[in-house]
Amino acid sequence: MSEIALPKIDSSILNRKSEIVKKLSKLTNIENVLSEADELRPYETDALSVYTQTPLAVVLPENTEEVSEILKFCHSENIKVVPRGAGTGLSGGALPLQDAILLGLGKFNKILEIDYENKCVVTQPGVTNLGITHAVQHKGFYYAPDPSSQLACSIGGNVAENSGGVHSLKYGTTTNNILGVQMVMMDGTICRFGGKSFDQEGYDLMGLICGSEGLLGVVTEVTVKILKTPEVVRAALIGFPSIKEGGDAASEIISSGIVPAGMEIMDKALIEATDNFSKAGYPRDAELLLIVELDGTVSEVNELLKKVEAICKKNNCSSLKLSNSEKERLSFWAGRKAAFPACGAMAPDYYCMDGSIPRGKLAEALLEIKKLSEKYELPVANCFHAGDGNLHPLIMFDGNDKEQLRKTEEFGSEILKTCVRLGGVITGEHGVGIEKRELMCEMFNDNDIQQQLSIKKSLDEKNLLNPGKVYPILRKCAEEGRVHVHKNKDKFPDLPRF
Amino acid sequence: MSTKIKINSQIFQDSNNIYYPKDETEVSDLIRELYKQDSPTEIIGNNSKSFIGNKTQSANTTSLSKISGIIDYRPEELYIKVKACTPIKEIEQVLSENNQELAFEPIDFGYIKEGKSNKGTIAGYLSCNYAGSRRFKVGSVRDHVLGFKGVNGKGDIIKSGGTVVKNVTGYDLSKLIAGSFGTLVALTEITLKVLPKKDSSKTVIIYPSNFEQIYDFFNKLSSSSSEISGAVFIPEQSKDKDFFTKKNSVFKFNDLKSNVSFIAFRVEGDKISIEEKINNLKKELELNNSDISTLDVYQSEPFWKKVNNLEVFEKTEHNLIRMVIPPANGSKLCKHLENNHNYFVDWCGSLFWIEVNSKKEDKIKDLKKMAKDFGGYLTVIKTSSEYDYGEAIFTVDKVRLIISEKVKQSFDPKRILNPGKMYRGI
Repeated sequence: MSEIALPKIDSSILNRKSEIVKKLSKLTNIENVLSEADELRPYETDALSVYTQTPLAVVLPENTEEVSEILKFCHSENIKVVPRGAGTGLSGGALPLQDAILLGLGKFNKILEIDYENKCVVTQPGVTNLGITHAVQHKGFYYAPDPSSQLACSIGGNVAENSGGVHSLKYGTTTNNILGVQMVMMDGTICRFGGKSFDQEGYDLMGLICGSEGLLGVVTEVTVKILKTPEVVRAALIGFPSIKEGGDAASEIISSGIVPAGMEIMDKALIEATDNFSKAGYPRDAELLLIVELDGTVSEVNELLKKVEAICKKNNCSSLKLSNSEKERLSFWAGRKAAFPACGAMAPDYYCMDGSIPRGKLAEALLEIKKLSEKYELPVANCFHAGDGNLHPLIMFDGNDKEQLRKTEEFGSEILKTCVRLGGVITGEHGVGIEKRELMCEMFNDNDIQQQLSIKKSLDEKNLLNPGKVYPILRKCAEEGRVHVHKNKDKFPDLPRF
Repeated sequence: MSTKIKINSQIFQDSNNIYYPKDETEVSDLIRELYKQDSPTEIIGNNSKSFIGNKTQSANTTSLSKISGIIDYRPEELYIKVKACTPIKEIEQVLSENNQELAFEPIDFGYIKEGKSNKGTIAGYLSCNYAGSRRFKVGSVRDHVLGFKGVNGKGDIIKSGGTVVKNVTGYDLSKLIAGSFGTLVALTEITLKVLPKKDSSKTVIIYPSNFEQIYDFFNKLSSSSSEISGAVFIPEQSKDKDFFTKKNSVFKFNDLKSNVSFIAFRVEGDKISIEEKINNLKKELELNNSDISTLDVYQSEPFWKKVNNLEVFEKTEHNLIRMVIPPANGSKLCKHLENNHNYFVDWCGSLFWIEVNSKKEDKIKDLKKMAKDFGGYLTVIKTSSEYDYGEAIFTVDKVRLIISEKVKQSFDPKRILNPGKMYRGI
């Protein structure tokens, strides 16, 4: 489980450690270079904490020029580099390598410019996602993508992973909400794609970089679009007596022309788990719970809520509540946001999967997962971003039981393969990283992967930037781990996980 | 330049020696053969936008126009999967039957080319990535592409993306393909996100007195919680009689004074919320009923069609420029353009369509410098017959050009697909 193939270690680099550290110390302030065992420990893993690896050294540059000099040096000396933002990624994208420098962007933590006239914020990549909203909310603006880790995750990491969130159906993911990036290539070249204006001309290199998981360049500045906060936000909490009726209602809401700001589904196992955990007051007799959030002007939201109500009643909902205050709206979300810790309280360990499926295939997917749960004799709870088809099954198991662990891995892998079979994909928002690397061939054939590798080669010829991530090393569909949380000890226990 | 080469295959060729592969396999076979023989090809669809971009430096022409038809349309999943050269009109028709649409509001370039509608194919449109008036609210064409299949310059069939909106599996090549002018892959299949049509729309007309006021209005409109889905500024331009007459006739509506400068903004939604938003905006913009006029849905819809057909520049024989800048610099640009060039402003102050009535390219050079200084770019969409391409029609800096060359190399190492269409050497 914690064994995973990584690129071949270059022992000549390990032997030159002190010389490399010395050189790095000349390229940035000496205290920005960490090389002692106790200094390196906090950087051994990201939020996929089942995999750990001590890097050769950690370097924490302070500006773009330093990043450029460091990469130029590593490029000429054939030293691998693993970039890292806040380290909250769930797929192991920032897992260090023994013979690589870990390039931390933590010191890039300043917002550089707030430009209300052009509706954008120019920021360094280490600023947190929520930090951007905090900087502009007093003027009634916000930054739309809202990954569950938004309190801690950095905007640079969001660019690397193309992070989404609950509201991505209506407002898009990171790629739809950024206007420009400044980036340093592995050979040290500083480049700028986009700016404050829409749709850069020529190849959309910003679009290529967004979601490239740190394999193509190191982002040192991001220009994000900011939006005006909606006048009103209201939510509906609806229980259904069967998965099919709830799933149909969710599909019908979409096909009726409503684009909710957020739409979440929880199955019975999760309703009970979260209600026990957070006392959210969920309807415990329901087989499926639907939360629909709408935003806009007052009459617009009221009108849409009426439509949602009618659709849910038509599909035989067993309960329906509409939020009448901000407090009530947040209470609807309380259980949903506690989904992960609630599962953690039910079993020593859980795996969080992250697949996407067509919305209409929800009932089929849940049924399949139920069958697999019986086959593997492991309980599972499901939450689903019904708006955009992103499914997060949570498999509960005991990691101390090796047989259970093996079965969990198989179970998880079968779920993701089911997602692909139903017309979906193996990762909706957590990224491939090392976690789902070997499942890439479930989705892509040799030509597809070769094309992507050619792009990588064209921009990082020596394959020094974050090697071993995203693309299979052994080119076989092995079955690897998912987000593994032991004894509810998530690396970031304070972050809600959706 | 290589001469025409006889391809050893059964792929149909017409009397002009244009290849018409009928499916993905034939596209792959053809390009593989051209790759072996180092013989580049121009890639065309229905030829509606082939005038945009440089002239391709190639001996062959491949038309993908036979690769057409809807593969899979799932209204409830909000996507449509089509063969690449499906006409946009056909897609719009089938979406309309389900009260859905392509939210990026495709521009109809047929009017500037030949004075009549010709929206062309979705592959052509994606290859240009030029979204219409709703762009600043809903994103560009690239934001509505969920996935594609196509053939790279080696003849390999490749795919990226899928049919779901949340997908971070591998590099997002759909973005890269958008706006690549057919220089990376010959598209064979495209999956698009579709959205519900709004119940209704209304357009409010304001008659501003100076450029500062225009941009003050634009700024307030884009800062409001009462979302708008279109905002244009149409200047008076009375010094150019021909343009003045044309503009007045294009925007001849009962409730619009088209012989003076005006801003038009669109509000969409259900009827109640449209009224609510317009009332909110009137307060925020401090407008009295006497200052404005309103186009009801029957005038509003054709109004925006005319904007997106670029009808004021119908059959233009001059250079037509598309310039995008951050809106904060817009009033400065308006001042420069006033009575120098015919133009109008879209995207709530960001997008300028400018007609450069000049045989000399110096003016385009000046405008390009201005675009760059303002933090934007320009593209010469249509060139006059005298244009000698001394000034490049796209805007690119040295570093991006080098990276673009590398990306091109990774898809099309022998420069088989549309060489030179965008930049020399790419």
